[in-house]
Amino acid sequence: MSKVKKKVKVIKIDLSKCNGCRACEVICSAFHANPKYSSNNPARSRIRLIREPLRDIYLPVYAGEYTPAECMGRDKYVIDGKEYSECDFCRASCPSRDVFKEPDSGLPLKCDMCEDDPPQEKPLCVQWCINDALTYEEREEEVEEEVKLDDMEVGLESMVDKYGLQKVMDTVARMAKKE
Amino acid sequence: MRYSETGYNLEIDLSRGNIERVETDPRLTEHHLGGLGTNAKILWDRVPPETEPFSPDNLLIFGTGLLVGTPAPGCNRTIVTTYSPQTLFMGYSMMGGFLAPELKHAGYDKVIFRGKSPNLVYLWINNDKVEIHDASHLRGKGAVETAQLIRQELKEPNAQVAAIGLAGENRVYMASIEQGRSSASRLGLGAVMGDKRIKAIAVRGTKDINIARPAEFMQLCNEVLQYIKVRAPNLVPEVMPILAGLGSPQEMLHTDEKWHTENFMWGNARIRRKDFWNKEIEEKWKNALETVRTRLISCYNCPMKCGAIISIPGISTYMMKCFSKLTYTMAAFVDDLDFGFKIAQRATEYGVDGFSTPQAMAFGFELKEAGILTDADFAGCPTDNEGKFYWLLDRIVRREGIGDVLANGTYWAAKQIGKGAEAYAHNNIKKHEQLPLKLGMLNPIYFLMYCTGEKGNITQIEGNFPQAPFSTMELKEAFVKDWVQAPNDKFKKYVLDWEMRGERSMPFYPPVDACCEIVDWQEKMHYIDDALGVCAGLSSFPLKPPYHIHNLPTFISLATGIDMDEAGLTKVYNRNRNLVRSINVRRGLRRADEKPPEDHWKKRFPELEEKLLDAYYKFKGWDQQGIPTKETLQELDLAYVAGDLEQRGIIKNEQG
Repeated sequence: MSKVKKKVKVIKIDLSKCNGCRACEVICSAFHANPKYSSNNPARSRIRLIREPLRDIYLPVYAGEYTPAECMGRDKYVIDGKEYSECDFCRASCPSRDVFKEPDSGLPLKCDMCEDDPPQEKPLCVQWCINDALTYEEREEEVEEEVKLDDMEVGLESMVDKYGLQKVMDTVARMAKKE
Repeated sequence: MRYSETGYNLEIDLSRGNIERVETDPRLTEHHLGGLGTNAKILWDRVPPETEPFSPDNLLIFGTGLLVGTPAPGCNRTIVTTYSPQTLFMGYSMMGGFLAPELKHAGYDKVIFRGKSPNLVYLWINNDKVEIHDASHLRGKGAVETAQLIRQELKEPNAQVAAIGLAGENRVYMASIEQGRSSASRLGLGAVMGDKRIKAIAVRGTKDINIARPAEFMQLCNEVLQYIKVRAPNLVPEVMPILAGLGSPQEMLHTDEKWHTENFMWGNARIRRKDFWNKEIEEKWKNALETVRTRLISCYNCPMKCGAIISIPGISTYMMKCFSKLTYTMAAFVDDLDFGFKIAQRATEYGVDGFSTPQAMAFGFELKEAGILTDADFAGCPTDNEGKFYWLLDRIVRREGIGDVLANGTYWAAKQIGKGAEAYAHNNIKKHEQLPLKLGMLNPIYFLMYCTGEKGNITQIEGNFPQAPFSTMELKEAFVKDWVQAPNDKFKKYVLDWEMRGERSMPFYPPVDACCEIVDWQEKMHYIDDALGVCAGLSSFPLKPPYHIHNLPTFISLATGIDMDEAGLTKVYNRNRNLVRSINVRRGLRRADEKPPEDHWKKRFPELEEKLLDAYYKFKGWDQQGIPTKETLQELDLAYVAGDLEQRGIIKNEQG
């Protein structure tokens, strides 16, 4: 594979500035609604605020890749006297927990940096975080070219993992017949 | 499809353990919006005026505002409504936090409790699954502690919980309903919750909230957010810092308390300490706040940081907002702010109102000094100021001894104690304790607000108009220049003409007619907020807020699909306002109840005050007893209310 120049989009998360309002979740779910902004629902958000006020834990985490299997361990991090589960920082849509999944279908969610046409100046969660807990940066990197799966493929892959390829194909075939 | 609301209420019959999901009539939304408006409608329709607050027939309604849960910033309010055990009138108290949006995402606009549970229970709402759980193991637990325990036992860290503490369980008249950083504190609604044997409500919801015209709605939301970003740090000059920006009073941010400590009264709203604030106190108090304040925090979908996490070594963490850091400190005459944070922690777990409770305690100790209460009443009470207050707080929430008497608030306690105790319950309106503020010259605007505010709490009616004139023409002009929130140019003229001294100063300026318009406008904004669930801190409370009468109708139209303009919204406000008034009139509210605390101002003007009240009643379409006239009610599509009041002989024939 050849190397290509790629713009890397970076969201910088400053935990000390997070006021715990969850506006990031609200706007993310509204932006990704279809039609756009027609509904909102933090449970569909691709950013999740892990929020435990009494332990002063305010940790925004973005949805990353779907994973069919959970990790073996559940390690813990202690940062400035506050204990976090390893899972708290994890971006995966994973069988061990119900975050980063569509609430009705269970299909995995993944942050797409609000890629849009015309392009947004910044991801919406950053735009709506006026306390600057989330800020946006771009940098260039040389990376190996890769073929990315689109949303439907990621979804189908998770269905295949869950039910097996044959069952998914049968279902699709049956649905096609009904149409 | 219903937009911006779910279209369903939960009806919980606690006596029978029955749970129903009931579809609501969309016409009621058009007539009353939601929140306070539809709560009042339900109370009027379903709870007869003879009902005692602690009767199983009384309803306890947790209503969400119409815009709650939409992306509109700061729309997160829960409006709790019932008959207040303290005032005996309609009690409504509100809280921000995270409960109302969660309830909407679970698929409900309101939870309506009726009856009385045989045992202590909590309600668990998880989308379509709604269950009544036994709460006997939570008896006596703190409100914050209860929320934590429920989240743990349900294994739902994202459940939002509103709970009562010991005070609510024991039906203390100043019991609050606590929810994270927020609470519905005023008027004893926690006591009604305790009377119904509901320890808590826990909610988890993962459903969508729909918007009628999404793209345009989002553009408005973005404008509001951008406006907040510019306005919040740009303080209005000459206004005290806690009120000069946006949000509820920024008590968790600012450390300068010169104004409060030297202008508000100490003890039982009695003593002014004009030279209290000095360098040493300033240093100590700043240090006290900064040591315990772990983080400034917000309610759901709001960038303002009006609350704080308070962590004191050796005491469990809690959250605080607004003024309660000072109410206990000042009522107890303690010069050390640490005390305020420590006792507020205990008070929050007990679940009591941070305004009424310290005042009831200071009142108790004043009666002891006056010899009206005796040493026997305070047997075992420590003698130091801090110890005394902890001791009495413990007695009040347990209703032990003198605590049982004081648990009913100063008005009822004074009645029960007798021996001249009534004169010491001097800071009430409609039996409800007020801010410990005593001033010189009568302010005609505040006079009307204090008298006629249906809730009896000044912060729920004051707001968008400056509290006092600016000192120079330059400042006045700067203020009105970009004052887009004013209903019309007349209001700008009032600000420009208003002076600190001379002919155009208080109490005779603003003139009576202008006072009526100003008060009505400020009240209107609160009623709209309370129906929509918009936080007053972004709308009716601060100067120059992002939400105002000119943009709120569009917000409603775009979110709900209901056709709304300024005239229409004004009509809804008047309808809701007159419905709330009628509920209270039906329970006996009359002109004689509408007065400020006698000693609120040193310089009073009885003749002017009568004129103000006469004119304001007329402005509102009420008779000289403050009762809405038949015509007023009919114009607002409240003919059924007029009919009821007529049948009861409240609206008399001679009124027309």
